[in-house]
Amino acid sequence: MADFLMPSLGADMDAGRLVEWRVRPGDQVERGDIIATIETDKAAIDVEVWESGTVEALLVEEGTRVPVGTPLARIAAAALSAAGPEAPDQAQPVETSAAAPVEPPTTPREATAPPRPAPPEAVPQPAAAEAPSRERLRVTPLARVRAEELGVNLAGVRGTGPDGAITQADVERAGEGEPAAAISPSEAGPPAAAIEEPSETAAAETGATVGEQTEPRAATLRRAIAAAMSLSNRDIPHYYLSMAVDLSSTLAWLERTNQQRGVAERVLPSALFVRAVALATHEVPEMNGHYLDGQFRAAERAHVGFAVAVPGGGLIAPAILEADRKSLVEVMTALRELVSRARAGTLRSSELASPTITISSLGERGGIDTVYGIVNPPQVALVGVGSIVERPWAEGGMVGARRQVTLSLSGDHRVSDGHRGALFLAAIDRLLRDPERL
Amino acid sequence: MSAAGMRQLQYRLAVREAIRDAMRADERVFLMGEDVGAYGGCFAVSLGLFEEFGPERIRDTPLSELAFVGAGIGAALGGMRPIVEIMTVNFSLLALDQIVNNAATLSHMSGGQFAIPLVIRIPTGGGRQLAAQHSHSLEGWFAHIPGLKVLAPATVEDARGMLAPALADPNPVLIFEHVLLYNVEEQVTAEPAAVDITSAAIRRAGRDVSLISYGGSLPITLEAAEALAADGIEAEVIDLRVLRPLDERAILESVARTHRVVIVDEGWRSGSLSAEISARIMEHAFFDLDAPVQRVCSAEVPVPYAQQLEQAARPRAAEVERVARALVEGRPLDG
Repeated sequence: MADFLMPSLGADMDAGRLVEWRVRPGDQVERGDIIATIETDKAAIDVEVWESGTVEALLVEEGTRVPVGTPLARIAAAALSAAGPEAPDQAQPVETSAAAPVEPPTTPREATAPPRPAPPEAVPQPAAAEAPSRERLRVTPLARVRAEELGVNLAGVRGTGPDGAITQADVERAGEGEPAAAISPSEAGPPAAAIEEPSETAAAETGATVGEQTEPRAATLRRAIAAAMSLSNRDIPHYYLSMAVDLSSTLAWLERTNQQRGVAERVLPSALFVRAVALATHEVPEMNGHYLDGQFRAAERAHVGFAVAVPGGGLIAPAILEADRKSLVEVMTALRELVSRARAGTLRSSELASPTITISSLGERGGIDTVYGIVNPPQVALVGVGSIVERPWAEGGMVGARRQVTLSLSGDHRVSDGHRGALFLAAIDRLLRDPERL
Repeated sequence: MSAAGMRQLQYRLAVREAIRDAMRADERVFLMGEDVGAYGGCFAVSLGLFEEFGPERIRDTPLSELAFVGAGIGAALGGMRPIVEIMTVNFSLLALDQIVNNAATLSHMSGGQFAIPLVIRIPTGGGRQLAAQHSHSLEGWFAHIPGLKVLAPATVEDARGMLAPALADPNPVLIFEHVLLYNVEEQVTAEPAAVDITSAAIRRAGRDVSLISYGGSLPITLEAAEALAADGIEAEVIDLRVLRPLDERAILESVARTHRVVIVDEGWRSGSLSAEISARIMEHAFFDLDAPVQRVCSAEVPVPYAQQLEQAARPRAAEVERVARALVEGRPLDG
C-alpha cells in the first residue's frame, strides 16, 4: 500500500491543483502510467505513478489545490497486496466454504452469507515467488537523494552500479519514464513543423482546459515567470558574452544529411545547438547544474532546457534529459515531442523539474541578432541563440556571404566568470563547426 | 618539454638542494643523522654537504635514534633549526618516545612558551628488496598524533619546496620521502618555487572517479589514471601532500565532483590513514557517494624480501585500475 503524493514539479513549487484524475478506484496501474493532471503555476502536467498496483481510493477531488506532499490517492502495490494482511482474509472464506459440508454447525451461516466478492486479481496472486524478494535494495546514497528529488520509486529501478547497486544514473534513467506512448490522442501525428508553428489542435485543446479554470493558464504562467525572473534578476549577478559563429558548412552538412532522412526525421538546427551546449558542459562544468543554499552543485549529466513559447503567451523550458548522451537524431526526436507537448500542456513531471542549463532560441522568429537572456534559477547559465542570417564574413583576407548565428551566454557570476564563459562559448563554437561529432 | 627557465631534477638532488639552500640561508640550520656526513647518507641525499658545511653542521650520530632525535628537540628548544634524518621509518620506532611524548607535546604543555621548530626527514616504503625491517610505510601512525605535522612530498617540486616552510613552522614537522621516489626525475623551475604545507593537490582532473593517494603511491595512481583515460574514464588524482592535518576540503570537493573514490595507500589498511580518509568521506560526503569507497593498500603481511612477493604485496597500478573500473562500470568489486 502506498500513498501517491502531490509531487514537487520544480524547485519553486509548494502546492498544486489537481485538475483531472485519469484513473478511477479499482483501476490497475502500471509504473509510468499517467494517473492525473496537475496544474502548477507554470503548466498543466501529466503526472506518472511510480508504483504498479490497484488504485484503492482517490483522496483529493478534482479542482482542489493542495500542498506538495499531500496524499492524493492510495495505491495497493501488486506485490504487497499478495503478501499483505488482506490476502489471507480473502483467501480464508474460500477454504471454509469448501470445508463447509463437513462442519454442519457453520453451514447455515456460510450458506446465507452473500458470496464474497474476492477481487479476481487477489486469488491468483499469492504466488510465493514474489514474497522472498524482501531483500533490502542496494541503492547508493547519491541515488537515494536523486530519487527523492525526481520522485522516482526505487523499487522498480534496475541497478547497473557496482555489485548491482542502483546509481544516480539509473535513477535519472528511470526518471525519464517511458517514451510517450499513451499521452493524449490529440498528438497522433505531431507535424515536423511543430517547432516553428504551434499546431492548431494543440492551441484549441489548451483553450478548452483554460475554460475550466478559475484563472486562465496564461495568467498563472505569467505570474510564475514574473516570480522566477524577479528572483533571478535580484539574486543572480549576471554577466553576458556573445559570439558570432559561422554555420555555413555546418548547415550545408545538415542539408546534405537531411536529404537522406524522411521528412518527419529531419534534423533542425535547434538540435545542433542542444547537442553542442550539452557536450560543451563537459568541458566547462560550472555552467551546468544548480545553485542552491549558497552552493553550486555541478550536474553530472546535461539536461538541456529548451525555452518553448506556449499558446496564449509565456514560456516554458522543459528539459531534454541527458542530452549529452543522446545522438543528434535522438535529441531531435525528443525536442520535437517536447515542444509539441509543451504547447499542448501535457508535459511530464520529470521534464519540468530537471533542466541543468537552458537554451533560449529566437532563431526561427527571424531578425533577432542577439538574445540577452536571464538565467532561470536555480540554474546558472543560459545560452541564447539568435537568428541564422546571411552576412558578410571576413576570413583570410576575403569577404564572403556566410550564414551565421550569434550565440550569447548569460552566466551566474557567483559560480563562474567571463573567462570560463568565454571558454564555454568557444567550445560550443568548435562543436557546432564539427557537426559530424554532434 | 624544456621550456625556458625549466630544468630536469632528480628527487634525491631536490632534497639535497633544499637542505643546502636552507643551510646557506640560516646559520641555525644543521643536519644530523646516521651516516649523513662522511658517507653522504644511506640514500646519498646529503652527499657532498659534509665537504661544503663541515662536521659542525653535518653531524654523524651513533646508532641511537632515541638519543639523537632527543638532541634535535633540545637544539630546537635552544633556538636552532635542526634537520634530523632517521634512516628508515622502521628505525623511527626507536625514537617514538621523543617524537610523540616530547616533540608533539611540549608546546602544548608549556602553554605555548616553547616552540619546537624541528624537522625530521624519514625515508619510507618498500619496493627495493630491503625486507620487512626496512620497508614498511608507517607514516599513517604519525598522522595520528596531534602536535605533529606530517608531509609526504610525491613530486620533485615538493621534495625541493617543502623543507623551507617546514623549517619555518614552529611545530615539529615530519617529512616522509618514499625510497622509490629518490631516482625520479622531473622538470622543475630553475629557481625553487614556494609551496605550501597545508593543502592537497589535484595532479590530474577528472569527473568519473577520485583516486586519492600520496607519496610513493602517486606514480602508480597516475599510471592507473592514464590507463583508465584510454577507455574514456576520467579519474581525478588527488595527492594529499600533507597527511596531518588532512586537507579535508580538497577530498570532499573531489568526492562531490566524482561521487566515487578509490584510496591508494601503501600502508596496511587496518587502522590506517586510508581508513581515516574513508571515514571522513562517510561522515561528511555520504550523500555524494554513488558507490562504496574502495581502498588499494598493501597486503597485511610484513613486506616480503623476495622480489615477486614484495611486488605482489604492494599496491599496483593494475589493481587501482581494476577497482576504479569496477566502480565506474558497475562490476563486482571483489576480484
